[in-house]
Amino acid sequence: MIWILDFTMLLFLVVCAIAAISIKDLLSAVIILSAYSLVMAIVWVEMQSVDVGFTEAAVGAGITTVLFIATLARTEGRSED
Amino acid sequence: MSGIQESVVIRTVVRIMVPFIEIFALYVIMHGASGPGGGFQGGVIFGAGIILFTMIYGIKEGKQRMSNKLSRILSSTGLSIYAGTGLLCMVFGGMFLQYNVVPLLSLDPANVSKILIDVVEIGIGITVLVIMISLFFDISPSEEDELQLSEEEEQ
Repeated sequence: MIWILDFTMLLFLVVCAIAAISIKDLLSAVIILSAYSLVMAIVWVEMQSVDVGFTEAAVGAGITTVLFIATLARTEGRSED
Repeated sequence: MSGIQESVVIRTVVRIMVPFIEIFALYVIMHGASGPGGGFQGGVIFGAGIILFTMIYGIKEGKQRMSNKLSRILSSTGLSIYAGTGLLCMVFGGMFLQYNVVPLLSLDPANVSKILIDVVEIGIGITVLVIMISLFFDISPSEEDELQLSEEEEQ
């Protein structure tokens, strides 16, 4: 455990989470969420749970992003509020 | 058709990348028992490879390779492999998925466990990969929708 690395990544996670819910453009929000997932996967691996990190990288950063973007292709892609 | 799908660079890179992604997915499935990974993760990676192909080469090309009928058959096959292995252990007097009771080719029970774990992982992998692909096919806009959208934009 390298605490300074952990601290930086957790700080990045909080920044990503706040940015993802406050940004107007939904495509940007999806990309930020995917960056969130990728850093989360590194955090899982850092915490010695490689299996969870693997799942997070494959599902969170891969498939979820694709499904969100496919959904955005059928909708407006902008938040009303 | 957008500009991304016509780009020669992207089409060539996808065509080269997809087989390696699938090989990696098979590796993850087969090493699920001894290391990180497993049926679910491998299935998701395998599905992601086919989804990548479909995104670039169009939904029509993807559906030619994975039709609705084939995906229905494969998803139920994977589920049957998983449940069948579990029930096979119950037939031989064990609990659900208790591998070491199965007298497979009169092998050592520990080796039977390893083989049957791999069989179960393959069943999970098939189901997950087909479900991921059909989720993508159902959500993504079809070719007719794209044509309609572009016509509406022109008007």
